[in-house]
Amino acid sequence: MAVDHVGGPATGAGLPDPVRPDLDTSQTPGLVQLLTPEGERVEHPDWSIDLTDDEYRGLYRDLVLVRRFDAEATALQRQGELGLWASLLGQEAAQVGSGRALGAADYAFPTYREHGVAWCRGVDPLNLLGMFRGVNHGGWDPNSNNFHLYTIVIGSQALHAVGYAMGQQRSGTDGAVVAYFGDGASSQGDVNEAFTFAAVFNAPVVFFCQNNQWAISEPTERQMRVPLYQRAAGFGFPGVRVDGNDVLACLAVTRGALERARRGEGPMLIEAFTYRMGAHTTSDDPTRYRLAAELEAWKLKDPIERLKAYLHKNGLADAEFFADLEAESDELAKRVRHGVRNMPDPDPTLMFEHAYAEPHRLVDEERAEFTAYHASFKDQGQEGGH
Amino acid sequence: MAGISGGKPTQMTMAQAINAGLRRALEDDAKTLIMGEDVGKLGGVFRVTDGLQKDFGEDRVVDTPLAESGIVGTAIGLALAGYRPVVEIQFDGFVYPAYDQIVSQLAKMHARALGHVKMPVVVRIPYGGGIGAVEHHSESPEAYFAHTAGLRVVSPSNPVDAYWMIQQAIKSDDPVVYFEPKRRYWTKAEIDPAAAPDPLHSARVVREGTDCTLVAYGPMVQTCLDAAGAAAADDGRNLEVIDLRSLSPVDFDTIEASVKRTGRLVVVHEAPTFLGMGSEIAARITERCFYHLEAPVLRVGGYHSPYPPSRIEEEYLPDLDRVLDAVDRSLAW
Ligand SMILES: Cc1ncc(C[n+]2csc(CCOP(=O)(O)OP(=O)(O)O)c2C)c(N)n1
Ligand SMILES: [Mg+2]
Repeated sequence: MAVDHVGGPATGAGLPDPVRPDLDTSQTPGLVQLLTPEGERVEHPDWSIDLTDDEYRGLYRDLVLVRRFDAEATALQRQGELGLWASLLGQEAAQVGSGRALGAADYAFPTYREHGVAWCRGVDPLNLLGMFRGVNHGGWDPNSNNFHLYTIVIGSQALHAVGYAMGQQRSGTDGAVVAYFGDGASSQGDVNEAFTFAAVFNAPVVFFCQNNQWAISEPTERQMRVPLYQRAAGFGFPGVRVDGNDVLACLAVTRGALERARRGEGPMLIEAFTYRMGAHTTSDDPTRYRLAAELEAWKLKDPIERLKAYLHKNGLADAEFFADLEAESDELAKRVRHGVRNMPDPDPTLMFEHAYAEPHRLVDEERAEFTAYHASFKDQGQEGGH
Repeated sequence: MAGISGGKPTQMTMAQAINAGLRRALEDDAKTLIMGEDVGKLGGVFRVTDGLQKDFGEDRVVDTPLAESGIVGTAIGLALAGYRPVVEIQFDGFVYPAYDQIVSQLAKMHARALGHVKMPVVVRIPYGGGIGAVEHHSESPEAYFAHTAGLRVVSPSNPVDAYWMIQQAIKSDDPVVYFEPKRRYWTKAEIDPAAAPDPLHSARVVREGTDCTLVAYGPMVQTCLDAAGAAAADDGRNLEVIDLRSLSPVDFDTIEASVKRTGRLVVVHEAPTFLGMGSEIAARITERCFYHLEAPVLRVGGYHSPYPPSRIEEEYLPDLDRVLDAVDRSLAW
């Protein structure tokens, strides 16, 4: 998307303090953390997790592959293969942790940045790239992996998630729903209405907010004056803040929240406290509104490094494991690169194909006109008429 | 962006021209406010408000929470309190959360109060396609707003009009929806701050001709001028082009006078033709010019389908060929 052309010099005026006080999570009472940035396992009175060695390695593999996929997509955008990319850099743990908590019958309603959740749901990464390349608006079958289409209109999907949960409640399935949204989205009416509906109907839904501290150029102070998780109390369900860069904490809390929902105990809000390490999208220039020092501070909390440190310290992975993973990453990147470059443009008549599920006269008429108009050029053996 | 220095004619892009117009409005009236998502430090995703917060402060150029209904709803309250808010909707496809506030409240407040209150609110919306964007970033929703009594709706096609029309919109005591053709943000022109602008709600003949009239607004004006140029060069045809500029009210007199000379009319817009501006213009001009028309009024526009993915958007958007195809059909009638 070519939205970044009118740039002037970045002003230094009024930028936030290098490290905003509210970003210091060590000061957050009740923050759920099970793995410190240094890779130490710690316990939490309310939330615990017990994983096998394989599971630890599996989470690490997810994190690495998801980051690699994301980096490849950013590169493909730079090469002109994608029109736009919304990077998840820094948010891998929040997405993999919550994504791996989902059971087969559960359903996820993502924003446009949940590439890591999609990965956990088994969605082919190439499916995610169609809309960023501009060949479709998503187009995958949401029901094949219980992963809904990406939603760009901020906050809308929170209501869809609640409605889906209300449906599951009625059908008596044992599935629950996770609604993903951002800190910025928490200001939208739709998200607050979703909270209300979920509470009133006791819907089996987990609201998973990735508070990555920024909504494009706006810091969280522009959206809220109390920590987001505390908002849940006012709606009548529990809220928890987890270390969003701690994959174990995100997994444990989301698992617990989903179990609660399945037991019929209603919704819960999880605020995953994390950081958007990259630009908002490839069209954005964050140097205009935030300082590098903030980024530096968050680099020390990297979600992948801490799990790697844990694996090392506990002898859970050897050199061969890391080498194999490296090779697997390269393979994934290669597949994605190849897949994107060979993604064909759709036939233009696609635009008429799914406007309605049932025939519609006007669409049929316009499709016929469209086809005849284009055929007229072919008859003349030329590209354009004039 | 420092605005127009020393009141001298200055070369500007459309984005810079709107910025300069906003700057002048902020200077002229302390009650003028700018509100929206990312309009402050970032200067908006298109940099239309670049530098304004730095120069006028955070109280006058306000980064709002991410909530369009909230933005317009509070702008209404601020207007009731005597302010003149200019709100930015980041992209066309994101105006709908504010639609209720705009249609049910903003548009009707003056009438409900029997004139006791005024609603000098401007809603700026970058609109239209052609920039290769993802979903919801390329729509042309102007008909929804033009259809609503109580709203004035305008769309400049060039930097000079953009500069003047934003100031006129802000001065209006009625709510004005100001549609900015985003794919033309980077077109340049010289702006003379000492010139006298045309009235806000007037159309303008931007190319004179005798064979057929083309009516367009916003992004399609340039397309029609290009088409008219090609028709003159290739076929010796003489097309007249009208820049509508105002979508509510519409300056039908200017169109009528033109059609009475040419006998033919083609209306061009990116928005779907079904129930679009072209439909209304066709109906009114048919009433006014029935005996002068040599052919039915034709429309060129988007289709009755969701705005397509960007790789095929060129097939959806009217271009020179589709405009000239309609001209051919009109002339062959
Ligand atoms: C209704 C609506 N308004 C505005 C936008 C433009 N926009 C896209 S992303 C974004 C910020 C979202 O911030 P947040 O919810 O924190 O999610 P993040 O991008 O940080 O993941 C905005 C304003 C939009 N997509 N939808
Ligand atoms: Mg955010």
